[in-house]
Amino acid sequence: MPQNDAISLADALSDAARRPGRFIWSVETQVALAELTNGSSLEGSLEELRGRSVLILTRHQLTAALALIQIDGIARRLILCPPDLNAKHLPLVMATASVDAVVSDYAPADVGALDGARFISCAARVTPTAAARGAERPTEWILFTSGTSGPPKMVSHTLGSLAGAISLGSRLAGAIVWSTFYDIRRYGGLQIFLRALIGGGSLVLSSAEESTADFLARAGSHAVTHITGTPSHWRRALMSGAAQRIAPQYVRLSGEIADQAILDSLRAQYPRATIAHAFASTEAGVGFEVEDGFAGIPASFFEGAAHGVKLRVDDGSLRIRSARTARHYLGAENAPLLDAAGFVDTGDILELRDGRYYFSGRRGGIINVGGLKVHPEEVEAVINRHPRVQMSLVKSRKNPVTGAIVVAEIVLKPETAAAAADENAALKTEILENCHRALAAHKVPAAIRIVPSLEVTPSGKVARPNA
Amino acid sequence: MPVSVRSTILSQFEQVAREQNRKLAPLSDDLVLMDSGLDSLCFAIVVARLEDSLGFDPFGATEDARFPVTLGDFIAFYEDAAK
Repeated sequence: MPQNDAISLADALSDAARRPGRFIWSVETQVALAELTNGSSLEGSLEELRGRSVLILTRHQLTAALALIQIDGIARRLILCPPDLNAKHLPLVMATASVDAVVSDYAPADVGALDGARFISCAARVTPTAAARGAERPTEWILFTSGTSGPPKMVSHTLGSLAGAISLGSRLAGAIVWSTFYDIRRYGGLQIFLRALIGGGSLVLSSAEESTADFLARAGSHAVTHITGTPSHWRRALMSGAAQRIAPQYVRLSGEIADQAILDSLRAQYPRATIAHAFASTEAGVGFEVEDGFAGIPASFFEGAAHGVKLRVDDGSLRIRSARTARHYLGAENAPLLDAAGFVDTGDILELRDGRYYFSGRRGGIINVGGLKVHPEEVEAVINRHPRVQMSLVKSRKNPVTGAIVVAEIVLKPETAAAAADENAALKTEILENCHRALAAHKVPAAIRIVPSLEVTPSGKVARPNA
Repeated sequence: MPVSVRSTILSQFEQVAREQNRKLAPLSDDLVLMDSGLDSLCFAIVVARLEDSLGFDPFGATEDARFPVTLGDFIAFYEDAAK
């Protein structure tokens, strides 16, 4: 990671004081990054965390952000808890990660059994302190993987692997204001937090308590220039009636398949912005970014190793090898994260068509219709092409004849949603005709239901019943 | 007057055959389903649609449902479940 040789976030921020006007904004408050040069949000001494394995468990993103900036480079290991971490898994997490200190904005009693770990509370404000930072060491970053309902899986990163995709060039660009629909305590959001800090910009944090329209208005009021989210986040933004409240230069989609419909909708909404879709995961790191406005990945990305990332397709799925992948899972019971050649299997299935690779779904998410496979995502991509469809969810329904059959739920665009029942019947027929033209018969939904909304998981992806 | 189970089933057979470009045999109670011109995917779709329009799935209601052989069996199976 030659471009990011900072040993810690504080190191990377050491010039922050010389650059006024850099902020982290939350719904409630704001913190100037310069305040952290001679200040602390931690109650007590940072020295108490030196060499420890520190669990960062917070109610608010801002308190986590401030804690990360201070603790990185001091702690031996930091464990960043996602907002939806189930409290019942906490003892397992603490044991697996050998936690001996907890930094939190909760009251100690609310955190539960500390099991002898040192408790340090952290605030959403910075108070001046005279203490010098002292010597630094690289800290191991432990992140939680997304999308499992069982016990959480933790992976090991370093600041180097996390920041590997952030180029120095962005430091030179003018006043960059980043924002993201993601929570920064998950990989996708953490990337944006690091980009804002290391790249010399500011950051507008999202909030789970805030509506999409309010968030967009607030991001707009801070003149956001770069903003990221999942395709589901963006569909919600386009439905919110507040998409015009921001005028970004750069819009990025990741975390789910970006189909042509959502790319085109964003292009129409933000004609001057670069619309990019990217692949990143907690395990595989930031893989690549596609900026040509088209869905899918140019096959040329798989030749050579651009930016130190080697991509390949093996047994149908995308494999990534780079310095940005996580190193290993935490906990002995987990399988190796990297294969013998150092690749991470993303589990995302790719298909090559006309010189581009397209994601067709997850390896585990396949619907089996009488022995024939269907990836829900490829059907959703066809449904989403209809101009009245905002988003869709294709799922399996048990069937006595074929074992399972494909059904779809769709959400209509707000301006076209209120329609008479017979119009909706005609719409369903049109969608089915589109599906029949584009897909094999077993992939065409047997039934389509129009629903007011679809559940989106805390990580911003359409909730899949079997995922 | 409520639409009968029978007519709902018959119209689904016709609609699915049309959608799947199948030539449907003349529908009569003694028509063997496998000779109707519909394949198993078509039947799967018919059953899924009937669950939506009638609000129940007789196949899901019984543990070891035998698949009906004739169209008459099929209709009776649904009519019994509707009682």
